[in-house]
Amino acid sequence: MAREIALPLELEEERPGQRRRLGKMLQTARRHPLGVFGLICISLLFFCGIFAQLSFFGIGLSITPYNPIDVIREVRTFGVLAEPVDASDDKLVVSDSTVEAGTNFNIDQERISVITVLSTTSEGTTILVRRGSSPESHGQGAALQLDTAIPNAKPSRSHPFGTDHNSRDVLSRTIFGARISLLIGLVAVSTGVSAGAVLGVISGYFGKVIDSIFMRGVDILLAFPAVVLLLAIITVFGDEDSTVRRFLANSTPLPERDFLGIPNFLDVFIVALAIGLAVAVFTTRVVRGAVLSIKENVYVDAARAMGASDARIMMRHIFPNIVALVVILGSVLLPVAILAEATISFLGIGVPIPTPSWGADLSDEKSRSLMLEGYWWPVFFPGFALSLVVLGFNMLGDAFRDLSDPRLRGSGLGGGGGGRGGGVAM
Amino acid sequence: MRDYIIRRLLILIPVMIGVSLLTFALFNIIPGDACVLRLGFGSTPETLNDCREQHGLNRPLFPITVNSDLPVIHLQESQYGGWLWDIIAHQDLGESLAEGGARVSTELERRLPITLELMIVTIIFALLLGIIPGMVSAIRPNTPIDWVARVVSVLWLSIPSFYLAILMITFGLLWFGWTPPQFGTGYVPFYEDPWINFQQFFFPALVLSVGIAAVIMRLTRSAMLEVLRNDYIRTAWSKGLRERTVVWRHALKNALIPVVTLIGLQIGALIGGAVIIESVYNLNGVGKYTLEAIIRRDLFVVQSLTLMFAAVYVLCNLMVDVAYAWLDPRIHYN
Repeated sequence: MAREIALPLELEEERPGQRRRLGKMLQTARRHPLGVFGLICISLLFFCGIFAQLSFFGIGLSITPYNPIDVIREVRTFGVLAEPVDASDDKLVVSDSTVEAGTNFNIDQERISVITVLSTTSEGTTILVRRGSSPESHGQGAALQLDTAIPNAKPSRSHPFGTDHNSRDVLSRTIFGARISLLIGLVAVSTGVSAGAVLGVISGYFGKVIDSIFMRGVDILLAFPAVVLLLAIITVFGDEDSTVRRFLANSTPLPERDFLGIPNFLDVFIVALAIGLAVAVFTTRVVRGAVLSIKENVYVDAARAMGASDARIMMRHIFPNIVALVVILGSVLLPVAILAEATISFLGIGVPIPTPSWGADLSDEKSRSLMLEGYWWPVFFPGFALSLVVLGFNMLGDAFRDLSDPRLRGSGLGGGGGGRGGGVAM
Repeated sequence: MRDYIIRRLLILIPVMIGVSLLTFALFNIIPGDACVLRLGFGSTPETLNDCREQHGLNRPLFPITVNSDLPVIHLQESQYGGWLWDIIAHQDLGESLAEGGARVSTELERRLPITLELMIVTIIFALLLGIIPGMVSAIRPNTPIDWVARVVSVLWLSIPSFYLAILMITFGLLWFGWTPPQFGTGYVPFYEDPWINFQQFFFPALVLSVGIAAVIMRLTRSAMLEVLRNDYIRTAWSKGLRERTVVWRHALKNALIPVVTLIGLQIGALIGGAVIIESVYNLNGVGKYTLEAIIRRDLFVVQSLTLMFAAVYVLCNLMVDVAYAWLDPRIHYN
């Protein structure tokens, strides 16, 4: 009997693997379309986050069409010169009657401001002007160009997501927001999970007094509702004169401003660290629980009997057992951290202006009051991106849960399963 | 059971002391004390001193200060001790530093009913929106109803509440010319006019409940699927009971036990959500008060409110554990 069962397995292993594995992956993908959708969303987040603004040795790889912080200006031709002018002339004849005193316009990069309108004839309007700093002569038919900011422009071909009330390109801000989300998520999760893993291993391994102290600390921190704790920490640490901020600015190589295209990098980093603290508290408790059962294994006793030090047992015998748990925790907490950043930025405590952050863009007072008048795009798109990312993580998580839980396998559409209700919610 | 509750309450004492110490320390390590923050850095030393005198900021921070040789103990005279003593003995949460700011207790009297009602209505909505679809999709697994319920639950789970609120306000206005009833006339208590009160709370509570409802729906579905596989359900079917009886009387009761725990765990999300939703919908509740105090750097208010939130959160978790044992006779705490 045993041989009959074993035979096809051996045959399977002998077949050349590459195509089969690909086929299997495609099959899995077909069975979990929502998981694939989630994967696409997350890939998009990483792609936008990395390539938002990037240049290698002068080769620009940025995918943001404009700088997300810059005011978008548009050059518009509104008339032409009716007669040629010399460098010394201060009277211009233009074939446009809408010119008024005080108007500023450009002719071939030269900035010209109108003092008064002298007369209007059929040939054109004669105006008295103040010439630019280095006046030049211009020929007949030279274009009069207005250079204006374009606030609240509708989505169009040049600005697919429109512009906001500060004339900034919403598409660029939305793409750049992915970088902020990704940066804060990754920094928060990597610092938080690794700190939590270390503390959890120590707490669980030593037990007794150390464990009691650590766990009471965790109890205290978990007693705060997450949003309230984050707001409190960021208010305190993010303060201009706070010790933590000054320490980070002066004693660590962290740049204070303009890094990775982020105008106030240190503030963003502090937000990430605050979220990381919350992540660490949670991780400590989970890892400690796992370590409590791992340290009961016989091989830990054996290692101790052979005279291994505590540090060695923790590093070589306990830590490898929690690596998988730590990786899972990290991937589960990444969207939580991203959502936390958006939430506190929305409340006005997180990422400061003008850094494009999805949460902060959603909370902009002016944008939101304009939204009620029909200018919906500066608020809609960042929020949509945020929802899409969280949706992606949730769907991928559901698909993984279906794959790993044999009882739910083959139940069609991903989602729904899982023992704890799962999912990300703030 | 009673012993368990007493023991849990006793454990809460050190936790709450720790919470209060942490809160107090957190807000007192900001450079510049509350008076400096209030008067600005341009204030003269005299006015600063007056302000400190008035709010008792010249007292030592902590109950125990270590001088050169001996530790000095001054319990109520310290700022921390005085703050705690006022809360415990006089139920006085301190006063706002803002110009013309009211005492925290007075503000809470006005604002607490709003937040409490928001939370209660939210929980009711979440239960309705979560349990019923979750149950239906578990009874009819892998049918179109089930798929729709599951996709909807993932969508609800993923859309942040503040974004949903903004979208509902905006597109409600742009497409239907509809605005949510503002608090222009102020909060109308339920016993005065239930209908207006309901209108005021319907949309904020709905938006806040959607995320929680999604979690409840998913949990109900999986718990129900698990329960329906049990032997006693098969027995109930084979006795020839109607579907309604099997589902409502036999399955749902057991499936709801984990849901109760979940609601307790969502209290934290609910408090955070209240902060967000109250500021979006301009409800003058405790959440908005907290946020305003944090932005204003009104330290006395923030530290008292933070302590209060933590106490509520911890007590709710205790109640959930108790309810858990009460609902499920198999669970014993010893």
